[in-house]
Amino acid sequence: MTTRTARSATSRAASSRRRGRYGAPAVLLAPFLLLFTACTLVPVGYAIHLSLYTEQRGGLGFGGTETLFTGWGNYARALKDDAFLEGFANIALYCLMYIPLMIALALALALLLDSALARAKRFFQLALFIPHAVPGIIAALIWMYLYTPGISPVLDLLETAGTRPDLLGNPLPAVVNMALWQWTGYNVVIFYAALQAIPREVLEAAVVDGAGPVRTAISIKMPLIRASLAMVGLFTVIGSLQLFTEPMILHGTAPAVTSAWTPNMYAYTAAFERSDYGLAAASSVLLAAAAALLSFAVTRLARPRPESRKERAA
Amino acid sequence: MSGGPRHWSLSRTVVNGVLVLATAYTLLPLGWLLTAAAKNTADLLGGNTLTPDNFNLGRNLGELASTGDGIYFRWYANSLLYAGLGAALCALICVAAGYVFHVYTFPGKEKLFGLVLVGVMVPTTALALPMYLLASEVGIVNSFWAVFLPSLVNPFGVYLARVFCTGYIPGEVLEAARVDGTGELRTFWSVGLPMVMPGFVTVFLFQFTAIWNNFFLPLVMLSDNKLFPVSLGLFTWNVQTRSFPEYYPLVVTGALLAVIPLILAFVLLQRHWKAGLTAGSVK
Repeated sequence: MTTRTARSATSRAASSRRRGRYGAPAVLLAPFLLLFTACTLVPVGYAIHLSLYTEQRGGLGFGGTETLFTGWGNYARALKDDAFLEGFANIALYCLMYIPLMIALALALALLLDSALARAKRFFQLALFIPHAVPGIIAALIWMYLYTPGISPVLDLLETAGTRPDLLGNPLPAVVNMALWQWTGYNVVIFYAALQAIPREVLEAAVVDGAGPVRTAISIKMPLIRASLAMVGLFTVIGSLQLFTEPMILHGTAPAVTSAWTPNMYAYTAAFERSDYGLAAASSVLLAAAAALLSFAVTRLARPRPESRKERAA
Repeated sequence: MSGGPRHWSLSRTVVNGVLVLATAYTLLPLGWLLTAAAKNTADLLGGNTLTPDNFNLGRNLGELASTGDGIYFRWYANSLLYAGLGAALCALICVAAGYVFHVYTFPGKEKLFGLVLVGVMVPTTALALPMYLLASEVGIVNSFWAVFLPSLVNPFGVYLARVFCTGYIPGEVLEAARVDGTGELRTFWSVGLPMVMPGFVTVFLFQFTAIWNNFFLPLVMLSDNKLFPVSLGLFTWNVQTRSFPEYYPLVVTGALLAVIPLILAFVLLQRHWKAGLTAGSVK
């Protein structure tokens, strides 16, 4: 399959291997590309295709089903559906509460861990990270029990102290807490690794200039780990928009969590309870588009501005 | 420190105190899981989970093994298979791809890598429905393959593998193999792969966690409970608790057992996950 033409080979002879120029890389790359195509690219294309049609019977695409092209019809239906819009409003509120809180908390803990005063750094890193090893569904289960009056020792304690928070009646903080528990430590480790990579001379220079530890943390360390902040921001945004497992566990126990509490739950219900694949696909595509837009915004915001940094260093 | 100019500084006690508080927040819920797993239904629902009396862990484990003809341990074995085999194959596939991106040059390479990076940003749950419909057209819905095949793909793993290859495989070594006349694939298998083993283990560990924790895909794909992973099985049991409270101790004890392998892996392989998180955050 590889045609070895002498003219193009000469230019690349130095960097690429001679025998079977594209044979070996093709063999090594093929499994990934095949699976990536089958499990990512084709489903994305298929979702877009599905979103443009309505099927009369939920016959999974076998012959005999009537498939009608509706163009933007499914999108219009989703965007006019109050349940879908409420799901988006919930996820927006969730992101506004969770993302700044988690990043601030993770950053603060990482800075404390990075300070000369902290002890047992390896232990703290591990202990903070451990919730990430707990499957999301189990984390949600544990917290649901800890929110349930009668079962929860935490609520019993609070009740003897005189307060009685209705955690199951307030799903938003309840879900935010579940996510904070699972992800804060994970991101502490990322921030801490980035902080450790800051050259010591830079920090010593700051001390010589008379900057205290808090000042150093805010105006020296934080700008220098911008890349990590951007990456964490990006993955947090993508992950947050997909919120599903935690509210799914609360759904049924907490009446405020409806079956369409997040856009993902809406798509799931549309697809598997109502067999409305077109609507489900359209809402999934809208969610993916929102994720793409936000990721783009995050990477833009976090792009370093070289001029201003040079000024600061000078 | 008393006489000198007082910066806005933090004392050792405050710093470590805050860290201890944060650690209590992360570990206490797991402590609750541990004690709750040793309780019977009445004590669990009565909130007597923190007292040491009425130790019921053995009975709960017995119940776990006998309920539904030991279906829980079937789920456990399924999870080990999905996650163990899936993560090993996925890590191999990712390292092979990352190796190609590091070692070879070919037209459109960086464009292709860009496409892989875009793949990182596709919300995986948005893929579940089209994948379900595709799987039903191919006829593998509600089968082992429907959950197993998608779990072999991890674009971020390819990115990590490339970063690791850049750090661990110096060009001279490959050049030496080239001079010796070693075949391309052989060079990858016996020179490249062993050198980038830390990267392999890192991708394996993260993928193992991702598959073990995956809930949405099995929920969509599987209806036969003999194929369920632990996550989905526990979910169905949790739904049962609404009408059958005796499922509560089963869910809690089952959850505890499901958490153990991952916590062990992360405690034992600290070097690897830290390396993975660091490599991911460099760029």
